[in-house]
Amino acid sequence: MKYRLGIDVGGTNTDAVILDESLNVIESTKSHTTPDIETGIYNSMKTVIDHSGIDPNMITHAMLGTTQCTNAIVERKNLAKVGIIRLGYPASVSILPYTAWPEDMVKVLSGKYSILHGGAEYNGNPISDFDGNELRQLLKDWRGQVESIAIVGVFSSIKPEQENEAAAIIKEEYGEDFPVSLSSTIGSIGLIERENATILNAALHNVIQRTANGFAQSLIHEGVKNAKTYLCQNDGTLMSIDYARHYPILTIGSGPTNSIRGASYLADSKNAVVLDIGGTTADLGVLVNGFPRESSIAVDVGGIRTNFRMPDIISIGLGGGSIVTEDDNGDITIGPESVGYQIEEKSLVFGGKTMTTTDIAVRLGKSDVGEYQNVAGISLAFAQRVEDKIQEIIENAIDQMKTSSDDVDLILVGGGAIIAPKQLQGVKTIIQHPQGSVANAIGASIAQVSGDFEKLYSYEKVQREDALNDARSFAEDQAVAAGANVSTLELVDVNETPLAYAPGKTTKVRIKVVGELN
Amino acid sequence: MRYLNKEDVKNIATGASLFGAGGGGDPYVGMMMAISAIEKNGPVKLLSLDEIDNDDIYMPAASMGAPLVMTEKFPKGDEFTRAFNRLGKYLGKPITGTFPMEAGGVNSMIPIVVAAQAGIPLVDCDGMGRAFPELQMTTFHLGGVSATPMVVTDEKGNLSILETVTDKWSELLARDQVVEMGASASVSLYPSTGQQMKKNGIRGIISRCEKVGEIVKNHTKGKDWQLNQLLDLTKGFHLFDGKIVDISRETRDGFNYGEMTIQGLNDYKDQQMVIEFQNENLIAKRNDEIVTSVPDLICLADMDNLLPSTTESIKYGKRITVLGLPADKKWRTPKGIETVGPRYFGYDFDYKTIESINEEVEV
Repeated sequence: MKYRLGIDVGGTNTDAVILDESLNVIESTKSHTTPDIETGIYNSMKTVIDHSGIDPNMITHAMLGTTQCTNAIVERKNLAKVGIIRLGYPASVSILPYTAWPEDMVKVLSGKYSILHGGAEYNGNPISDFDGNELRQLLKDWRGQVESIAIVGVFSSIKPEQENEAAAIIKEEYGEDFPVSLSSTIGSIGLIERENATILNAALHNVIQRTANGFAQSLIHEGVKNAKTYLCQNDGTLMSIDYARHYPILTIGSGPTNSIRGASYLADSKNAVVLDIGGTTADLGVLVNGFPRESSIAVDVGGIRTNFRMPDIISIGLGGGSIVTEDDNGDITIGPESVGYQIEEKSLVFGGKTMTTTDIAVRLGKSDVGEYQNVAGISLAFAQRVEDKIQEIIENAIDQMKTSSDDVDLILVGGGAIIAPKQLQGVKTIIQHPQGSVANAIGASIAQVSGDFEKLYSYEKVQREDALNDARSFAEDQAVAAGANVSTLELVDVNETPLAYAPGKTTKVRIKVVGELN
Repeated sequence: MRYLNKEDVKNIATGASLFGAGGGGDPYVGMMMAISAIEKNGPVKLLSLDEIDNDDIYMPAASMGAPLVMTEKFPKGDEFTRAFNRLGKYLGKPITGTFPMEAGGVNSMIPIVVAAQAGIPLVDCDGMGRAFPELQMTTFHLGGVSATPMVVTDEKGNLSILETVTDKWSELLARDQVVEMGASASVSLYPSTGQQMKKNGIRGIISRCEKVGEIVKNHTKGKDWQLNQLLDLTKGFHLFDGKIVDISRETRDGFNYGEMTIQGLNDYKDQQMVIEFQNENLIAKRNDEIVTSVPDLICLADMDNLLPSTTESIKYGKRITVLGLPADKKWRTPKGIETVGPRYFGYDFDYKTIESINEEVEV
């Protein structure tokens, strides 16, 4: 028998599961997320392997969804000194790199940048000619002062060659191993947001090495010696650990995506709304053809605006540990304050003094955790009013995620799922699964591998069919590089957007392919 | 006279999204340019119309082209300095300062950028008091000011000055040049004397944008207070609260057409509002009765925090508050109504002011 190990780091808990070849869950565990994250990963890994009783050598795949990169950005820790090279002079100078960034972050990254000749127009024509000597001179000035370089070309999604050319020169000057991040491989059209994501990617170089090495060493320590290792991306797919070493930014936001994907697998449903209720907050996402719907608006990471693909998630301050209070007028407040992971000390059913949503669920007979006696004194009418309010909060949130007024299926997962009402307006069926509390770790272990490519084509110059095939082959190359088996690749998304006010039937084509693990 | 700093610019951008009346585009890139320019050159001098000389020449500044291209390739930063210098020579008199032709959306920000870069004053007026989709839809056009000479220029240094027989020709010829320049370029049109600005400009619009931004940012006093402040400031009407239950869109001839249906909430429970738009919101119907139409403004804001929304960001389930604001009185003249009234946009009814409709209803 062969096995998969999946680990997912959340704000409160780090979950781990072991799945067999048929993807049945044979063991699962939860442990507290530790401040350093690494220790929590190791604890969960050790517990789940020990309890399962399997031979660790039979684990063939190990997947990790982690928040180490997110935390490094939020806490400004272990980040590399970045040099930013923008290609596009004389265009684009009116908005300099780092505009509107938090000042402390710019300081940590050293604030070095230069705008050089190069870049392309929307139709691929040069803005100005790229000059290798200009770059070499800059590298001479920067020698010893930067640890990682971000290259950002104007319209590089149309002409990526120039970024590659610049990268080759940097490798010549600074050595083959010097980390270089190329914007054309990281983000889509929208220079500011793509540049920001590329800078963050470059800054995370040391963090991702440490994450990847730590994971690999923990596995070996636990006797897992034959596993291929992967990190989870925010679009619900995996990247091999060697690929991930170049694209740390793609690990940001993988948590909610993993629980949506895990929920989809457990419920055997590809189109539904997923409600993941944790200890302090509940996340809502939408499954479209088995993948999370992506956000259409710019996403802030640690106060920095980016445009890379993130799942469209709304978070509400409602969880199993949310504190319930009533004021003098009889108005009920639920959350956002929560007892969090201290629920087993602080809530009434566990002998504490704080009334939580879990206490209400037990009073109403929806759950039998803890001591019912401790909550028997809560009046049924009051409990019912709290339940009505929870129902209203959840119904409103579901309604915001819908795209039409039709009823939807709802998959309910997460450790706090017991607080949800049994029926909800606007919902056809509520689907729950006994393993729902570790849906995120399951999502990590069942994930596939994807490739995503975007480019502008002029349909007057290139036949539409040829353009789509061209984009598809780039997307497939990317998927294979990330660890996909080429024979299983499948087209999952084609997106064509004609450009307003642009000539030549210019169209933005975006293609996404997905395949099984190699 | 006073100076605008980075925080003021952010507030103005918020106000510009409201006065965009659903259109005008997201001012984000423009705001970033303005912040960048102020960081480099210092605060921008803002003059009221009363502080400018009748004989001085002022020149509005704007971006023209494909909005998507503008998010990738933005200007170098000296385009307008060059444009203003060349035009000054052409007219035989230097350009004293700049102002926005449009208070809504991205083009509300460009003149701030120009003022910072060139070290010239910005004048607190515009030519719409809101956003509109076409070049001749300005109060300067109503007052007989020609759109030309118009300057079109790019980051490489190419520059042309257009003299055309009608404003429609300016639109056609400029559009071609903009495409060759990379589908996005810097333009400047409607050069005006101080006297023409005093006669045709919409007074104090930049300060009004800024005040809107300050009110929206001030969460501490609660939404009711914010809403009342906004209505006081704009002499506007609170038309509706509700949830988007349907939105349809269609792109035709470079414009976004569509309509949204809003199901009432709070005081408007069991009522319905339909808003029709062409880039900007054109008419609002509450329970099938028209409650506001162009040129009056129909503005959308997030129901929770009153942050203004463009029609592009509207999707099913979003909760919005709808405000109706009276247009400047220059738009309420026969020529104004002919240029931007309901009939110009293809509707078969006569314009009635928002005050006449909504004050009747309330009595």
